[in-house]
Amino acid sequence: MSKIKIAKSHSNRSGTRSSSTAPSLDMTPMVDLAFLLVTFFMLTAKFRNMEPIEADPPSSTSLTQLPEKVMLITIDTAGRAYFDISGRTVREKLINRMMVRYPGLKMTQEQIENFSKMGTFGQPVALLPQYISGDDDIKNALDEVGKGIPLDSLNNQLGDWIQEGYYAFVDDATEQGLTREQLKEDGLRYAIKADANTEYAKIEKVIDVFRDKQIFQFNMVTNLEGSDTNADANLNAQ
Amino acid sequence: MAEIAEGGGGKGGKKKAKKGSARIDMTPMVDLAFLLLTFFVLAATLAKPKAMEIIYPKEVDDKEDKTKLDDALATTLLLGENENEVFYYSGAYKPDTTELILTDLSKDGFRKIMLDKNMRVNDQVVQLKAKLESKEIDELTYEEAYKQVVGAKDAPFVVIKTVDKTKFKNVIGAMDELNICNVRKRAIQDMAESEAIAVRQRSSELDLKKK
Repeated sequence: MSKIKIAKSHSNRSGTRSSSTAPSLDMTPMVDLAFLLVTFFMLTAKFRNMEPIEADPPSSTSLTQLPEKVMLITIDTAGRAYFDISGRTVREKLINRMMVRYPGLKMTQEQIENFSKMGTFGQPVALLPQYISGDDDIKNALDEVGKGIPLDSLNNQLGDWIQEGYYAFVDDATEQGLTREQLKEDGLRYAIKADANTEYAKIEKVIDVFRDKQIFQFNMVTNLEGSDTNADANLNAQ
Repeated sequence: MAEIAEGGGGKGGKKKAKKGSARIDMTPMVDLAFLLLTFFVLAATLAKPKAMEIIYPKEVDDKEDKTKLDDALATTLLLGENENEVFYYSGAYKPDTTELILTDLSKDGFRKIMLDKNMRVNDQVVQLKAKLESKEIDELTYEEAYKQVVGAKDAPFVVIKTVDKTKFKNVIGAMDELNICNVRKRAIQDMAESEAIAVRQRSSELDLKKK
């Protein structure tokens, strides 16, 4: 550690007595605290999963934070839709429900496990097992040629994911002993994260899928804008 | 840092017993600890995305609703294909007489216009905020009062009209401006064909002027 020089020079001159007065600072508590904080932040940190697409959301002055329990649909500039829902147990229930709905979808226990750990995905049901088992190269290749989750009226898989995702969430919440009233207060929220340059019609398509399912309230993911557009400051200036 | 009684330091010779105690220099470890601490603190605060809440209406028979709204309070914001050209008009749309006024979504553009139009509501909101800050009213009453003020029958409302090729950032930008101006009565609609044509006309006129 950084030696405290004053102490030394003193001790050299006046011998043993002055060493008791050497101003050395005990930093142990600080270091302890630093490690405590490191541990805390490491344990609470949630690492974002690899995202298969890049969607740079527009900026706004909104300070509301994205809710914790959230179903997130990501839309890129080409209008491809990607699905994500928070909670590992929810995801496990979701994929089991989807296997019931799509009898052609067969997954091993390991694949189910991997699905529940995975983040955003944008593959049709038919390609999902292959996508989940694939390594990064296969995943990238599939994402590149993929068209996102199908959402046209003939093959509305996104609608099914939304519906089953909601049911899976409710199942999971009931298992954890949440009542209906609590769910109303602190239930599943729906978020849409779209690239700033996406055409609005493509977003409306996704919103229409939600509306079909009687969901009308959304959180649009945005970046925080610079402080020059502070709402309060502007109002007060008026 | 944790003191290191160096064996060699004790020149007096009296403290010979301490010579054997092997202490490790902890500087690198502590450095690393702080580095990690800094990283996690920054990562934790930066990663949190923000969200803007938008509520879409149920698909109801909206003819009934429309008649209830007073045209004098209406402002329509037209977001066309060109992301830099935003037009608005006040009142109801009359194909030949309504003039589209060019504006933008910066703080000197549409915001100024709406802050002006919505002045009465804004003044009330400022008063409410002052009351909240001086603890005259609590948070709950504030929320209630705020809702009443911005939802008042005579409060101006805005219709945002989009075409297929409107950029998402413009829609969010417009909603954001309305949030800033405390305009809570608003709707997002598809642009009528006549309006879309008018927008295209106006923007080609502007192009000509530029040249």
